[in-house]
Amino acid sequence: MAGGGVVKPAAHDKPRKHYLNHVKTFASWLVTLDHKRIAMMYLAAVSFSLLLGGVFAIALRTVLWNGAPAGPDSRILGATMEQFYNKMFTLHGAVMVFLFIIPGIPAALGNFILPMQLGAKDLALPRVNLLSWYLYVMGLCFFIAVLVFRGLDTGWTLYPPYSMGGGSEGQRVWLSLIFAYMAVFILGFSSILTGLNFIVTIHKLRPPGMGMYDMPLFLWALYATSLIQVLATPVIGITLGLSLIEHMFHVGIFLPEYGGDPVLYQHFFWFYSHPAVYIMILPAMGVQSEIMGTFTRKHIFGYKAIAWSSIAIAVIGFLVWGHHMFVSGQSPTAGIIFSFLTFLVAIPSAIKVFNWVATMYKGSIDLKTPMIYGLNFIYLFGIGGLTGLFLASISTNVHLHDTYFVIAHFHMVMVGSTVNAFLGGVHYWWPKMTGRMYNETLGRVGALLVFVGFNLAFMPQFVAGTRGMPRRYANYLDEFTVFNQASTIGAYILGSGIGLQVIYLIHSLFKGRKAPSNPWGAASLEWQSESPPDFHNFTKPPIVTGAYDYENWEYESEEAGWHLKQEVIDTGKTLSKVH
Amino acid sequence: MGTGVAEHETKHETLPARPPELAMHFDNMHQQFHSGKLGMWLFLGQELLFFCGLFTAYAVYRGNHQEMFHYAHYFLDTKMGAANTVVLLVSSMTAAWSVRCAMLEQRKGLLITLALTFLCAGAFMVVKYFEYAHKLHIGAVWGNGFHVQTADLPPELLAKYPEMTGEKLKDMGVGSFFAVYFCMTGLHGLHVLVGMGLYVWLFIRALKGHFSRRWYGAVDNVALYWHIVDIIWIFLFPLLYLIG
Repeated sequence: MAGGGVVKPAAHDKPRKHYLNHVKTFASWLVTLDHKRIAMMYLAAVSFSLLLGGVFAIALRTVLWNGAPAGPDSRILGATMEQFYNKMFTLHGAVMVFLFIIPGIPAALGNFILPMQLGAKDLALPRVNLLSWYLYVMGLCFFIAVLVFRGLDTGWTLYPPYSMGGGSEGQRVWLSLIFAYMAVFILGFSSILTGLNFIVTIHKLRPPGMGMYDMPLFLWALYATSLIQVLATPVIGITLGLSLIEHMFHVGIFLPEYGGDPVLYQHFFWFYSHPAVYIMILPAMGVQSEIMGTFTRKHIFGYKAIAWSSIAIAVIGFLVWGHHMFVSGQSPTAGIIFSFLTFLVAIPSAIKVFNWVATMYKGSIDLKTPMIYGLNFIYLFGIGGLTGLFLASISTNVHLHDTYFVIAHFHMVMVGSTVNAFLGGVHYWWPKMTGRMYNETLGRVGALLVFVGFNLAFMPQFVAGTRGMPRRYANYLDEFTVFNQASTIGAYILGSGIGLQVIYLIHSLFKGRKAPSNPWGAASLEWQSESPPDFHNFTKPPIVTGAYDYENWEYESEEAGWHLKQEVIDTGKTLSKVH
Repeated sequence: MGTGVAEHETKHETLPARPPELAMHFDNMHQQFHSGKLGMWLFLGQELLFFCGLFTAYAVYRGNHQEMFHYAHYFLDTKMGAANTVVLLVSSMTAAWSVRCAMLEQRKGLLITLALTFLCAGAFMVVKYFEYAHKLHIGAVWGNGFHVQTADLPPELLAKYPEMTGEKLKDMGVGSFFAVYFCMTGLHGLHVLVGMGLYVWLFIRALKGHFSRRWYGAVDNVALYWHIVDIIWIFLFPLLYLIG
């Protein structure tokens, strides 16, 4: 390794070699096996998907400002306004779920941070990691093909028999549906490979001396996520594989007119898609635990409780899929059991929230941008989680089923929690990943815009839902106008918040202040590397310190960053990876 | 590089030379081997879940149409199924043997066992082809496409139930059985084809002398994959052929 002897480069030397500039060709990115580069490619790809899904959301909220005019006279992009709306809500759901929220935190942030938090040089299976990215891009291309070939208006759940009849557009979207099945099938394998890689890495590359309980909680969360990815995702794979065959050859697995059973599809679909909800939220909870500790400068409260509640959520999450089907004709006994098990998930979820709040108690709270997202998370996850209990009770569920209450509930959890944590995590690790600081003031403004916009968008939907407004309709009764218009304004504010972030984050890449190696005083191992890290991650073996022992670090105002205290360096053991 | 480098660099230099097969991020061959192996085991776990959707569909349709499944199983040739079971079991043995040969650096034995595994897989697919061809020929297919003439019904079925006709079977929804049959054996067949591809790859690498007692991870992992393909067939055979 050239220049390996230089421990700390002088300020005005030629630029330090790191993972971003050690080779510069475009091709070197396309064949890279470096987890950091793959993570950055993932970050770019999932951010693109987030913006794409966001555009669909803005479009559908715009239609709902007054509701779509009925009939064939109002036309947009070659479809009636109602068909346009149907396509927008379908693609919004499908793109956001399969292309953004599921891979978002694990594949982008996790890919970068997981090996570094273990003090490792890479994920255990780097080629599998690159393959997973290429599969993701293939899935993205198939989704774009869906868009090009007339779109899709069956809802993101693709329920047969409606979906295979082509929805309201009949056979004209035959090809789009094939592309959609292919996309989700391929994205599933991308997700499985990421999860598999994480489990192997945590077991096999965890250095001697670092036990499971010494890992940062982010890794526990990713571990639990990976278990679900490996065990649940193949089921959606076979479901959509069978759907594809059914759609093309009418074999009679899901379509009743050929002897199939559409409810079987729903069971299969939710056997994956409910655990998938925990694929979305568990890594977000992991990010949250890191942020809560760092910005309160207090050891995380209830480490083991948070760690094991991740596993508990993953396990119980496999057994609750029936709560999506309370009105699909499953037996009352099954309904009661699913209802009970759903209530059970609330316990580990609440344990986490209590522990985060207890971490903040008497902490030295620093309202940096990631911490604002952390506070947003607690507030919105609280509401999202508690409204989940309304929906877990069978009787209220029957009343609220397929209303805007459900929409508001899962957006509170998926967007309010996961997207907040994703944004919080991106801001938290941005200096490490890019070596640049973003503008802190704009960061805070962006976080507040997201919070205000999000609440304005979804709080009214709870009310509209309890008053009976059904989901997935392009029009509504006059009495729902105020809720819908408030919601649309909220969506615009939320969109502007995200737009602002795109601008200042990209700006920071070129003009941002150079980041110190540890701008926040965080204590997990990745902060002992340079910002951005060396190609081999650590220029010198990291010193073993507790992931939440913030007292080992002291602030150095000259660099505006934190350093390990000298006595820790002198007395601490280096993380030896040699047996 | 010896002088003037930081302490950790020096340490690195004094370590025993790294084998060429050892990837940069592993400490030793042991760690690399077991990482690959754990990855393969997890992959096999997801394979089981992947197939389990089909086993669930099988259970649902068989539970709902017990008689129809009974009639339908007469269409499957037990002798061919049994022959294929034997072929796959033999191939599993040769696959395990190839791992042993790789470990002991028995080059000739490795090439022979890899080739035998490939040939057994090929034999399985040939038998499968004849089974499929016959069914498609008489019209024993999925969904509403089932159109077997009464004259083409399996003799064992007619011997036991002389009144049975093709029409009756179709009305009974026998298409569901063939949907399940073709999906399950078809997906399994795809896995066999992938396995054949992997054995060609291993054979080429073995010819080039890539495997040694120090590094035979690929042979071991492909054999693991091959065993799961075998085990799935061991469940498919009785569930589809032997339900009389």
